[in-house]
Amino acid sequence: MAAKKKMTFEESMNRLEEIVSLLGRGEAPLEEALSLFEEGARLTRECTAQLDKAEQKVKLLARNGEEQNEL
Amino acid sequence: MTYTPSQLNQYIKGRMDSDPILSKILVRGELSNYKFYPSGHHYFSLKDGEGAIRCVLFRGNAAGLRFRPENGMQVIASGRVSVFPRDGQYQLYCERLTPEGAGELAVAFEQLKRKLAAQGLFDLDRKKPLPRFPEKIALVTSPAGAAVRDMIRILGARYPLAEVIVVPVLVQGEGAAREIAAALDYVNYHRLADVIITGRGGGSMEDLWAFNEEAAALAIGRSKIPVISAVGHEPDVTIADFVADVRAATPSNAAELAVPDQNELYARLDSTGEYLRKTVAVNLGNCRKKLVFLSQNPALVNPERYFEGKRLLLDYQNQTLLREMEQALARRRERLGRLAASLEAMSPLKVLARGYAIAQTPEGQVVASAKDLAAGERIHLKWSDGGAACRVEEIETGEVQYGSQEKNDL
Repeated sequence: MAAKKKMTFEESMNRLEEIVSLLGRGEAPLEEALSLFEEGARLTRECTAQLDKAEQKVKLLARNGEEQNEL
Repeated sequence: MTYTPSQLNQYIKGRMDSDPILSKILVRGELSNYKFYPSGHHYFSLKDGEGAIRCVLFRGNAAGLRFRPENGMQVIASGRVSVFPRDGQYQLYCERLTPEGAGELAVAFEQLKRKLAAQGLFDLDRKKPLPRFPEKIALVTSPAGAAVRDMIRILGARYPLAEVIVVPVLVQGEGAAREIAAALDYVNYHRLADVIITGRGGGSMEDLWAFNEEAAALAIGRSKIPVISAVGHEPDVTIADFVADVRAATPSNAAELAVPDQNELYARLDSTGEYLRKTVAVNLGNCRKKLVFLSQNPALVNPERYFEGKRLLLDYQNQTLLREMEQALARRRERLGRLAASLEAMSPLKVLARGYAIAQTPEGQVVASAKDLAAGERIHLKWSDGGAACRVEEIETGEVQYGSQEKNDL
């Protein structure tokens, strides 16, 4: 597997889009297709995790803000 | 008997001197060939249309002239006719010379007026302004008479603040003009006053003559202190009036011109004071109104409203922020969902779900061809539900034949 460098959420999403597009063309040889698919799955997991984390944080900030207002 | 010329001349002289008409005679004629000699004697001719007579005016008599004789003037000469024995010339020995018609004083007046005007002594821009509030006033006038008394009285009544100094002089007769001039110079030299009034009460032209003389006029002209001339009554005009900085019609008028009236000053102070009071009151009133108006401003009366407004705005911003963020997350989630679905659709796992397996080397590389394998090599087989670590026993080459229903594009 190639070494992973830290990608931003947007970069990951864009790469995922790219992978889907490549696979969709159906020209990739087997090895590459599998590799791409693995990468895609990984990216999906990571992005989902990032979104979940973001949502959690927003909820937390919103709740904190409300608490402060009530003081 | 035969006469010598001298004897003849003596005889003629004798006859003339004893003649009653010739020994005191008045002759009217026109001056011509007027000559002033260094000796002080004047020599001239008197002529009419047809004839002329030689005249002489000796120094002693010439000194009494009030005017300057000029050729062409019509005059009346009084004197005697006699003959000068040495040359046999008979001539008129003048004792007095007066201009005809105008009178010698009038002529003298005009002559001096022309002369001083030409020197610029009457020029308006030479005239100095009078001080508004003089501290000292010098009166160069006769110490006796109504004029000085009137001036002192009026000055005292109008403006007692000013000090009045009387510098006594002769105001008519021999030497008066010199005394007036000396007094003016004296006041200037010792700076005795801020303003000088010089003049005298009414009289004839003869009486006022000192103020028509050059000595007095020049002294007024060189005075650095402003001079008010106050000679005689309203119609009287003297040379001094032309030269002075201000001309007063009478001595009393001069006192009025020299100082302000204290009653007027008091009135002005009162009205100014009143004006100041009113103005200040109006200003204060305006300021107070403005203060009241400002103090009623809602921002001052209900300052908490300001904060309420800001708080509402903050809440609104906060809500907007939250909403925007949630929308951003939702958009990305939606996109991710789409992509995951697409990926899923192309997933090789689907193939695996149909029962197929993927062969991989221990390093994870996919084995795409049997030719890549060697007997005894370890490989890993992956099914959808798990895998197996295997060892190759035997390689089989050649195309694999499948049943025609199977289509795969792996």
